[in-house]
Amino acid sequence: MVSTGSAVVTLPTDTQILITRDFDAPKHLVYKAYTTPELIKRWWSGDRGVVNSIDLDLRVGGKWRYVMTANEGFEVAFHGEYSEVVPDERLVSTEAYEGIPDPDAAAAVNTSTFSEKDGRTTLTILAEHKTKENRDMVINSGMEGGMQEAMNHLEEVAVSLR
Amino acid sequence: MVYDANVARAATTTDAFNAVAEPRRRQILDALAGGERPVNDLVTLLGLAQPLVSKHLRVLREVGLVASREAGRQRLYRLNGHPLKPIHDWVKNYERSWSERFDRLDVVLEELKEKEKGNG
Repeated sequence: MVSTGSAVVTLPTDTQILITRDFDAPKHLVYKAYTTPELIKRWWSGDRGVVNSIDLDLRVGGKWRYVMTANEGFEVAFHGEYSEVVPDERLVSTEAYEGIPDPDAAAAVNTSTFSEKDGRTTLTILAEHKTKENRDMVINSGMEGGMQEAMNHLEEVAVSLR
Repeated sequence: MVYDANVARAATTTDAFNAVAEPRRRQILDALAGGERPVNDLVTLLGLAQPLVSKHLRVLREVGLVASREAGRQRLYRLNGHPLKPIHDWVKNYERSWSERFDRLDVVLEELKEKEKGNG
């Protein structure tokens, strides 16, 4: 119905995750859905749980905190601080996962960019982690097993799998 | 970070995950994704000494990511993507969780569009 394609995840460098997705809506609406607590509540947990609370103070130096209860019953919380807020264009903030010791020391920096063409919006989220281990841990989340290493340019190499 | 020739140590040969953890080896895989190449091509492309490139190729061959064949007087190396499948799946799982989120975001956006149309 309204689905406009799946998210594409790539690993441009050892410490980055890049998420890209197109939406069939102008960017001011995508930005609105991305930054309005009652709207974030409806999508942020995906199929993996229920959102408990979304708090955000959308300005430079402002803080945010998202909490959900995963289907398995445990609570998952993230928080961070905005360092750049350009409405409808670009958001830069830290993102710390509260399920680990000293979350802020391992916080990633997320840059979300909204670009519109012909009424459609491409959202890119670039997560820059401090170490490869932190980056891999995030991708590992929700996965069983201890796969620890990944590679970049996966999409190019994946072509050979077909 | 200064690249250290000693990084290509035996412990990294155990599986594809470890083999592709090394940036130079990923460069070799990327180069081979474009087609078969002799080692000299890779030496030029990567700007590394030939013995070092050969060392990386050996690691990649041991985990099955690279195969080779004789062609006249030279040996050509090619990519074998199969051992990468688990890594591909690993990222795909993460990708799926974002796709789920964004599918829900699509529904929110449809409503916002309708609402905007109604007000306009």
